[in-house]
Amino acid sequence: MDEKLKRDIILEHYQNPYHRGLIDDDRYVRVNSRNASCVDNIDVMALIENGVIVDARFDGEACAICTSATSVMLKTLIGKTVEEAEVIIANFNNMINEQEYDGSKLAELNVYDTIYRQPNRKTCALLPFRAIKDIIDSKKN
Amino acid sequence: MNREDFPMLNDEIVYFDNSATSFKPQCVIEAMNEYYTKYSANAHRGDYDISLRVDQEYERVRTKVKELISAQRDEEIVFTKGTTDGLNMVVFGYMAKFLQKGDEVLISKSEHASNVLPWFVLAKKKGIVIKYIPLDADYSLNVSAIEPMITEKTKVISLAHVTNVIGDVRDVDAIGEICMKHDILFVVDAAQSIGHMKIDVQKSHIDFLAFSAHKMLGPTGVGALYGKYSLLNDMDPVIYGGGMNAFFESDYSYELKEVPWKFEAGTPNIAEVIGMGRAIDYLQEMGLDKIHEYEMHLKELAIAQLEKIPNIKVFNKKAESGIITFNIDKVFSQDAVIFLNRFKICVRSGNHCAKILKDEIGVTNTCRASFYFYNTEEEVLKLVEALKCQDKIYDNII
Repeated sequence: MDEKLKRDIILEHYQNPYHRGLIDDDRYVRVNSRNASCVDNIDVMALIENGVIVDARFDGEACAICTSATSVMLKTLIGKTVEEAEVIIANFNNMINEQEYDGSKLAELNVYDTIYRQPNRKTCALLPFRAIKDIIDSKKN
Repeated sequence: MNREDFPMLNDEIVYFDNSATSFKPQCVIEAMNEYYTKYSANAHRGDYDISLRVDQEYERVRTKVKELISAQRDEEIVFTKGTTDGLNMVVFGYMAKFLQKGDEVLISKSEHASNVLPWFVLAKKKGIVIKYIPLDADYSLNVSAIEPMITEKTKVISLAHVTNVIGDVRDVDAIGEICMKHDILFVVDAAQSIGHMKIDVQKSHIDFLAFSAHKMLGPTGVGALYGKYSLLNDMDPVIYGGGMNAFFESDYSYELKEVPWKFEAGTPNIAEVIGMGRAIDYLQEMGLDKIHEYEMHLKELAIAQLEKIPNIKVFNKKAESGIITFNIDKVFSQDAVIFLNRFKICVRSGNHCAKILKDEIGVTNTCRASFYFYNTEEEVLKLVEALKCQDKIYDNII
């Protein structure tokens, strides 16, 4: 993907994040995810019904990479089954950590495929994925 | 000033993170190197020449620290791992022993974690009560609010001399007077003031004072705790082992060494203590008043320039230290400092370990530029120029 296009997508998601703002609904599972080594701090909430991520939202204070990654992640995962989401999460983790991954599963999340060049930002990109994984795991248990 | 003495300084980087740690002059590195290459033996253990030299060099640093902070006796100086270690020794070695349930400790919300969390633990374990001295509109400590807060339960006031985010210099003379008048212990976290301005523990009636060497040109992993001799005598060690006991027997009886050695269990950071001593020599030769004056000059220059740039909010214009805390409107602090890194300018972002300060300043994260005497006007102007390009931040960092 063209670098400028990637940047535009990230910036658009940072400035106008998708599903930002939490709602009061007991059916959602909500977790806080923060980055102890820096300053990102986000809450993610998701509604999972019949094995499908029906809806998800977030809020918090975070840098451009973390905020945009959360936004792109929510947009990608809503409507997916838990199994599909887990495949996406695993591939995204691998991409950020410079391991083998299947880009065809990641759709717009491929915009972060060069984040590894900035090691200090890897945790920013991974933070929302840690949150949604926690939600999925808690739902399973 | 003195840039040629610092191997880390070159034309490549602008280092404005001195509140986190300072660079080390070559003489400090060499002093440690000399220990490792010329007399690398253990302290307090041997009767051979190089071991005796270790004892001499090591103990000589105690005198240097004493002189740096104007303490009365060498024995009032305990070598530690740093400020955090020193403050924990005071809280868990002294306060845990003498404070009772309901006793009150006054701190502020701009304290560093190391002057907050140990007290929280004591609050949970022993039921002491922590009260926060209010801050003024400019986020500096409201000294006049202290006396009305004091009750018969108030036993300790524990404050940073200079806070690490706002950089306000507390009037330790005035606070020390209040403590003396009301028979309250005065604990001072000198992490940000040591090596930047003069400290006189006797004049300021300070009971305990802790600092680290690495923020004042010295090595990491070492620092000192000052305590009035009688207080140190009553204080228990937190760590027990070799080097700090006089004897022990199989029936559990033991006797500890005298102050300060009873607080220095295990093989000490010998090279680092010696490095700290050399750093003190260096600072004394330069003169702390001169250093402080120069830092203020840099700060005033920076503030005057930053005021001309739109969208920059400086939180601590009036603070009389070389710390400038700011944010760019609508830019997350971490994004701002990653942008500055593109210009090889090292500035810190985050909450700077002062996690309850957000209650006062209304923001969780800020950018912090902190100066030392080896910074220059040109470097300050480089920061200003970089911040003028703020509209390019996101094109640059994504």
